[in-house]
Amino acid sequence: MPCTGKVDVLHILRSFEKGADGVCVVGCLEGDCHYNSGNLRARKRVEQTQKILETIGIGGERVQMYNLSSAEGPRFARIAAEMVEKILELGPNPIKRAKETAA
Amino acid sequence: MISFTLNGQEVQGEEGQYILEIAEQNSVEIPTLCHHKALEPAGMCRLCVVEVFDGRRTRFVTACNYPIWEGMDVKTDTEAVHQGRKLIVELLLARCPTVPVIQELAAKYDIKQPRFRPEADDCILCGLCTRICDKMGNNAISLTGRGVDMKVDTPFHVQTDVCIACGACAFVCPTGHIKLEGITRHALKQIPYEYNEGLIGRKPIYIPYAQAIPNAPAIDRSMCVHFKTGACKICADICPANAIDHNQQDEIVELEVGSIILTPGFKPFDPSSLQEFYHHNRNPNVLTSLEFERILSTSGPTTGHLVRPWDQAEPKKIAWLQCIGSRDIHRCGNGYCSSVCCMYAIKQAIVAKEHAHGELDCVIFNMDIRTFGKDYEKYYSRAREQEGVRFVKTRVHAIEEENEKKDLWIRYVEESGEVREEIFDMVILSLGFVIPESTVKLAERLGVKLNHYNFAVTEPFTPIETSRDGIYACGVFQSPKDIPSSVTEASAAACAAGGRLAEARGTRTKREEIPDEIDVTDQPPRIGVFVCSCGVNIAGVVDVEAVAAYAANLPSVVYTAYNLFTCSQDSQELMKEAVKAHQLNRVVVAACSPKTHEGIFMDNLKSCGLNKYLFEMANIRNQNSWVHGDTPEVATEKAKELIRMAVARAATLQQLSEKRIPVIQRALIVGGGVAGMNAALGLADQGFEVVVVEKEENLGGLANNLTTTIDGSDVRVYLRGLIEKVTSHPEIQVLTRSLIVGFSGFKGNFTTEVLVGPGMYERKIDHGVVILATGANEYQPKEYLYGKDPKVMTQMELAERLENNGADDLNHVVMIQCVGSRNEEYPNCSRVCCQAAVKNALHIKRLKPDADICILHRDIRTYGLLEDYYTEARQLGIYFVWYDPDDPPVVESSDNGVIVNFQNHDLGYRVRMVCDILTLSAGMQAQDTEELASIIKLDRSPEGFFNEAHVKLRPVDMSTEGIFVCGTAHGPKLLSESISQAYAAASRATTFLSRSYLTLSAVTARVEAEKCAACLVCVRSCPYNVPKINADGVSEIDPALCHGCGVCTAECPAKAIELNWYEDDQIMCKVEALLEGVL
Repeated sequence: MPCTGKVDVLHILRSFEKGADGVCVVGCLEGDCHYNSGNLRARKRVEQTQKILETIGIGGERVQMYNLSSAEGPRFARIAAEMVEKILELGPNPIKRAKETAA
Repeated sequence: MISFTLNGQEVQGEEGQYILEIAEQNSVEIPTLCHHKALEPAGMCRLCVVEVFDGRRTRFVTACNYPIWEGMDVKTDTEAVHQGRKLIVELLLARCPTVPVIQELAAKYDIKQPRFRPEADDCILCGLCTRICDKMGNNAISLTGRGVDMKVDTPFHVQTDVCIACGACAFVCPTGHIKLEGITRHALKQIPYEYNEGLIGRKPIYIPYAQAIPNAPAIDRSMCVHFKTGACKICADICPANAIDHNQQDEIVELEVGSIILTPGFKPFDPSSLQEFYHHNRNPNVLTSLEFERILSTSGPTTGHLVRPWDQAEPKKIAWLQCIGSRDIHRCGNGYCSSVCCMYAIKQAIVAKEHAHGELDCVIFNMDIRTFGKDYEKYYSRAREQEGVRFVKTRVHAIEEENEKKDLWIRYVEESGEVREEIFDMVILSLGFVIPESTVKLAERLGVKLNHYNFAVTEPFTPIETSRDGIYACGVFQSPKDIPSSVTEASAAACAAGGRLAEARGTRTKREEIPDEIDVTDQPPRIGVFVCSCGVNIAGVVDVEAVAAYAANLPSVVYTAYNLFTCSQDSQELMKEAVKAHQLNRVVVAACSPKTHEGIFMDNLKSCGLNKYLFEMANIRNQNSWVHGDTPEVATEKAKELIRMAVARAATLQQLSEKRIPVIQRALIVGGGVAGMNAALGLADQGFEVVVVEKEENLGGLANNLTTTIDGSDVRVYLRGLIEKVTSHPEIQVLTRSLIVGFSGFKGNFTTEVLVGPGMYERKIDHGVVILATGANEYQPKEYLYGKDPKVMTQMELAERLENNGADDLNHVVMIQCVGSRNEEYPNCSRVCCQAAVKNALHIKRLKPDADICILHRDIRTYGLLEDYYTEARQLGIYFVWYDPDDPPVVESSDNGVIVNFQNHDLGYRVRMVCDILTLSAGMQAQDTEELASIIKLDRSPEGFFNEAHVKLRPVDMSTEGIFVCGTAHGPKLLSESISQAYAAASRATTFLSRSYLTLSAVTARVEAEKCAACLVCVRSCPYNVPKINADGVSEIDPALCHGCGVCTAECPAKAIELNWYEDDQIMCKVEALLEGVL
């Protein structure tokens, strides 16, 4: 992606459709966007996607947006760990569960 | 080649290799305690024992030093081997019952209690330490004694001089037995890691910092053992690229140049001379500002956790002491202001509060807060009002250590005159700039004059020229300054230096031969995958061979290879050959980050005749092997997934053509003031045609109202000369009384419509770049009886009055600072008024030494070298009295003069002064550029100054490419600063004008007209206002203007817009490839 501003609601939804348990969108720090405001738009889209996911029963918490700079490796690792923990707590994607039950 | 059997498998090795090496290569684990790959094996610990069958009988040998031979049969996991190793571990556990590595082994072999009598040793006599000491060329320790008395020791059991304290023995010791203190007579200290201000240590071979360029390790000759003893060279043995050459020597290179730019920078002031006052290096909780910067940094020694060095506790209260090594003629002789410390202290306080987990009290002790840069005052206000940072106007003379916790006690006088005491957990010393001795020597060699503080001598109207013709100075070496000003000045120096080289431009360039591009449009994808080992960076974790084998079976992949370094010259040649031999039409490189290497591979594709966009990278190093080193199997799987995704995308890639557009080599400069004229000269001297558009009748702008600069240089003489130069320059055309009424085009190809006076006929000018230099005005005060009482005037009016009428009639003069600045209406500092007040006050004193002058101020902001004039003013008896903005001076007219009433905080009572003249330091206001901004579509601040694209990285570029800004149109600044910035804008403009063509990135958005409903979402969402609704009623995106961020594509509800190279299918196929088989 050239910018999180390019992240489409469709891209995130497709991930869940294909079985992802969680999606993490990571953009530049707010105010530091290379393209001025792409990351702010991305945040709005992530929020919108959360609502859609909530409505269709997958759960809005499964997608999260974080902002950090390229010099924050340790923080990125913390965020990744945090995200994994959250997803483990939420369990697998309900679509996966539904398919398994159906099978 | 020798073949033999290892655990029933046929394996191969070279003559002279040992069993252990071959086992490692084949992922067969053999435990060992005494083996190190840099040392000859010794078979000391016996733990690597294995079973060898030589055709007749079975023998037990140590794998580390038993050479392989043809046909041998080795078994590493038989019961006999296991029992043998278990006995060795049991014996070791009896000898060293408390050593963790032995305890772990014992647990592995299920030994709870050894059957032998326990001893209290922690040395297993593996001999690693003595062998490595020998390898280092020292022989300071050896194994002494025999049998049960054997131990590692120095000669005569005493600390030795022979040991150079390199630490290799302690590093390799598996048990922690070796303690350097017992061996060496030298003092033990770590090598201070410069990047982290010595807060932690580093190795003699190191990468200076994560973003270093070049990003390669360097060997510190002064610390490397090889350069001390001639031995070691382990790094050279281990480096798979054979990149280390210990015999490299410094060489003297002679270069023929036409200009020289000096940017040697500064070093921070060394506070050790003030140790008795501030305890730096004595009390660990006293840090310099740079040390604290590292503590706050996520790449620093505490990974950004705010803790104090003494007890690693989070501080609750931090004090910053400003002006350490600056504005101090008594204790260090540095009379200048370092210009940046106020801002960085405020930043650190805000960041520290962000990092703190609980309440954090931040106090900045200062004489004046000098937030004079563009929008800096707003940051200061935010710190004070929203973040709760406390600012105390006082200079702290000394601090004391309070208790055994190393807390720090500060006693100070408040603005109100009250004495207070506070205890802090940490104290940060805000260090100023110092020009290092090496720079002084350099300047001496070059014959460049330095001032009394060792900054380069420059003149106000030629601020980047040193005393020697052809040599330019910029950055802190020129005078103390911050990053935006340094970057600006660097561009300015480049312009001035380039002017001298204009004739020689392009005469020594070489052209690369690029073959014609092969059209792959109708070809089915034939993908080549190149997996990089990156030495051991990737291959040390990821099974590169297995990954390459996996990639070979992915759809459309017709060729795979794995290289030691895919980016190396020879690998690039191999890639070229592979592309040709296998008719590859897409290339995937699985290696490092595209951020650093994409360009290299794309260039290689071009030289193969392939379009550079038929390329994709999988980052299996930075995002994989570097972070999953502990789990190699998982990392290998992840590498496969990343490559699967990359291959999926590669198959969808299409060739894209990069548009080449011609550049009109002419510049349009809006505004004919000092900035505009200098920018014009900067370009015209390089041979570019320039059109200057000025709305007034005369050139000169605001400078027409100026008399002298603070150092006494005559502005009027300068201005006359400048106007003469501009109007007589063959490359410059000046249009006065002219207005811009229309504007269109894009970088390199603009068209501007101008109404030219006096006839107001319309002219169309085609040009490649625009430089905005529309200037500013002095604020016309509404405060303090201005315009009502003739004795009240602005600084500019006073200067003129002094010039024309002298100061004979002036006995009492009062000046009030910050009129029309730093208030609600105009929250910023106007930067120039403090020096204007000091300049005029000094002028009065020169004309009439016994005149009383009182300057009422909120902070005196004579930054950089201007501080000398402030010092001089105080020495001449000019009063500087601080006023509280909540209790400003009160002014009334009278027959005897203007009466000024104000609170004197030093004396503690109200003062009533009658003055002959009340001067108001009126701030700077932007010219009315609203219409211009809407015609050219320019971003302005709420105060009407033009906003640069990036404060630090692109300080004179506007966000629309090809448009630049300079002078007071950008923000308030001094004449010399406007001149620098004008040259900087000219320099940036040259990057366009010096090329006949611009190659545009093909990564731009395009609209599918039939899907577009003209809903305007793209028009509104584009950060650069690029999409337009065209004559057909649909959105159109000009590829020359598009920055390729993709925001419009994601926002478009009809999905009518695609971003080249990042089309939705090209992204979604990666998601699908990753999640293949999950459901």
